[in-house]
Amino acid sequence: MPYPAYMEESIHKVAATRPSRLEETFSRIPQAEREDLVNEFHPDYKKEYLRELKIGPNKGSLAPDEIADLLEGNSRIDPDEVNLDDVDYDVDVLVIGCGGAGGAAALLAEENGARVLLATKLRLGDANTVGAQAGTQAADRPNDSPLLHYLDVMGGGHFTNDPDLVEALVKDAPDAIRWLESLGVNWDKEPDGSYHELSGGGTCRRRMHSCRDYTGLEEMRVIRDEIRQRHMHGRTLDFVEFQPAIELILDDKGQVAGAILMNLETREMTIVRAKAVVIATGGMGRIHIQGFPTTNHYGATADGLVLAYRVGCPLIHIDTMQYHPTGAAFPVQILGLLITEKVRTLGAQVINRDGDQFVHPLEARDTEASAIIRECKQRGKGITTPTEEIGVWLDSPMIDIIRGEGTIARELPAMVRQFARFDIDITKVPMLVYPTLHYQNGGIMIKADASAPVPGLFAAGECEGGVHGRNRLIGNSTLDLFVFGRRAGKSAAKWAKEVKLGKFTLDHVRKWQREIKEAGLESRPVSPMLLPNYAKHEKPVPGFQPLGEATAYTPFGDATSRWI
Amino acid sequence: MADATTVKEKAEQEVRMVDIYVTGKRYKVPEGLTIQTALEYCGYNIIRSCGCRAGFCGACSTIYNFTHDPTIRYGLACQTRVEQDMVITQIPFFPAAQALYNLEDLKPEEGENKLLTLYPDIIICFGCNNCTKTCPQDLEVMEFISDAIRGDIEKVYQKSFDCLMCGLCAARCPQGLQPYNIALAARRLRGAHLTTRSQHNEDRIKEIEKGKFDAAIEKLKKADEAELRRMYAAREIEPAL
Ligand SMILES: Cc1cc2nc3c(=O)[nH]c(=O)nc-3n(C[C@H](O)[C@H](O)[C@H](O)COP(=O)(O)OP(=O)(O)OC[C@H]3O[C@@H](n4cnc5c(N)ncnc54)[C@H](O)[C@@H]3O)c2cc1C
Ligand code: FES
Repeated sequence: MPYPAYMEESIHKVAATRPSRLEETFSRIPQAEREDLVNEFHPDYKKEYLRELKIGPNKGSLAPDEIADLLEGNSRIDPDEVNLDDVDYDVDVLVIGCGGAGGAAALLAEENGARVLLATKLRLGDANTVGAQAGTQAADRPNDSPLLHYLDVMGGGHFTNDPDLVEALVKDAPDAIRWLESLGVNWDKEPDGSYHELSGGGTCRRRMHSCRDYTGLEEMRVIRDEIRQRHMHGRTLDFVEFQPAIELILDDKGQVAGAILMNLETREMTIVRAKAVVIATGGMGRIHIQGFPTTNHYGATADGLVLAYRVGCPLIHIDTMQYHPTGAAFPVQILGLLITEKVRTLGAQVINRDGDQFVHPLEARDTEASAIIRECKQRGKGITTPTEEIGVWLDSPMIDIIRGEGTIARELPAMVRQFARFDIDITKVPMLVYPTLHYQNGGIMIKADASAPVPGLFAAGECEGGVHGRNRLIGNSTLDLFVFGRRAGKSAAKWAKEVKLGKFTLDHVRKWQREIKEAGLESRPVSPMLLPNYAKHEKPVPGFQPLGEATAYTPFGDATSRWI
Repeated sequence: MADATTVKEKAEQEVRMVDIYVTGKRYKVPEGLTIQTALEYCGYNIIRSCGCRAGFCGACSTIYNFTHDPTIRYGLACQTRVEQDMVITQIPFFPAAQALYNLEDLKPEEGENKLLTLYPDIIICFGCNNCTKTCPQDLEVMEFISDAIRGDIEKVYQKSFDCLMCGLCAARCPQGLQPYNIALAARRLRGAHLTTRSQHNEDRIKEIEKGKFDAAIEKLKKADEAELRRMYAAREIEPAL
């Protein structure tokens, strides 16, 4: 038995209610109630974890503590020690970060005639993008339309989205799917060539395009290969890995003019001059807001927000994060990792310890997550694990019951494999789940052409905000990457052709450090954070300078005694 | 929240520590950690060999055996639990060569095997099956290389689709082949050239280009929140399939 013996009774109850649940349709929560639920239980609404920013363009507005620490952080460089004339790369467009958004931006910038450098923190494609399992939205079926997609996006975002950005998102979507296909992405298809589309939380039509449950991996493999191929062909697209950006460079007219990169291994700096910069650094899960575990990759540390904020770029909706309703709560080795929404899309229901359904499986994410938190924290109907995590059941075996044996194996190979590694057969027993930190809803403010308010700066993907308002729907982020990634690449190439740069400067960094001092914030960490510091040292390490900060979460639990 | 049984269960559980050897050096770590978190537990600040931490990116390829059993084993550090006497080393990068191509030119003529043109060396595969035994995703690597030799792109796609491109198969191939790159070329070729285009999607793209939805979207953009909420609530929801 893969689960501890004491959970068996509850697992039996889940099995016992399957026949009746096959008949039952749990109704969705009405709008008004939904907002109350979210207000009371969603982590975003816990005032004690938010604070007012003291400096910078968002001064006076709220941000989660962990983000505020980084935004108000100290620069990693001393401007007096940097020689900006010692240029290592001189390009038209610098793209920072190679996930889906950065990759798409680099390809489009190059196609539009720019000399491009793509600088990324880990390997090309080590990014949140590879983790995307469920799919990418686009309204292409005859009973669907960009208008319905628009309504879904706005409703999901509580009507706080920027309408121009939503329009761009839904109108570019079908073409983004086609573009990926033309690069060799293998979408799941029907025999006649039309896409095999599923619904997702908060969508009113079946609109999710998938590649089994490795959608983001497939998108990323293809984009990364195209980047390598163009580079090998001697086209004007170069890339550097393990070399994150740590500060932007401006010119004396306040235009963005490049960036300073740092070699993660030697810690040497590289000076890049660029006429336009695209930030595509992704999300922030690894800063572990409120100590939550996360679905995000190792390098998701909100670096892009910090880079943009320091050159005076405002951020939007930065106080709202997405907690994915179904992170793994057991076994502890995969704590917080994503259990794709596709599991619910295919028919798995969310069940409490008594075997009862308590929420419709496809509510919008904030609602679904809040309902699970309420079930565990208020109603006491969760199951506690040996490491004191708490969770409810996600009843995967229902999928094969509803759709026929073999469906789980065919549609969810990644999930089957992940649990099988820990001796859990999800075709036979449910998974234990709890919300996990998943996505940064807000971010760098942009317009529909992906330009940010600071001239020469562009942003795309998870690091920008406004597209999804205060809550992103499934499948709209991987869409966002290829809509705004492509737009950013094109816009940046265009801007680079027109702009006349002045004299290069790091005065903004000097000014920033002065402001920190005046506000009494010198004790803030250095930022961007680059990587979380998970290394455990029992004794002090002489001269040890971690790359990033320790977080409230450690991957091996609070204490060794928690380990089984 | 913990009920009595849980607490009791926990009290009964003692943390067992196991010995592991990180590139030969011995450490004691709690049983149950993954290789990746065990390294962090030992005080290592990982830079290479770590990406998604979830079994999706192939950054954390690891080779291990046991002090008492020299058989070499392979795994993803983020998905493999440490065991007593495990001897571990990571392979963060493998210098595998890649063929140069333009996707456009990969469009196969009738009866032509583009994969052989790109990777003529694949015919020297002598079937040792090391690649298959190595694959942390348990893919039938050698089989899809045979499929590639025969030009059966569909089978290569089917069998290789879950590949994370960790590179271990190339590291182990005595003939110096790069199965993961070969499969990638096959899949891109299939996606771009061998599947039927979606007519719905082509139609929709044309409609959008012609501005069919522009006026209605403009109206939505101008609608006040109450109106949008009303329309949102009134959407008819298609069953999940
Ligand atoms: C497990 C998981 C499952 C998901 N499933 C779905 C789904 O099914 N559908 C969907 O639409 N969305 C999904 N999402 C969300 C979506 O995948 C991400 O929001 C999206 O891929 C982000 O893409 P990006 O290009 O903006 O950022 P990323 O893909 O994270 O790429 C950012 C890149 O920037 C690099 N970087 C960071 N800082 C720096 C720096 N300082 N300098 C240089 N480089 C830097 C990073 O290393 C990384 O390579 C999922 C996310 C996760 C984590
Ligand atoms: S870190 Fe991505 S597969 Fe292990």
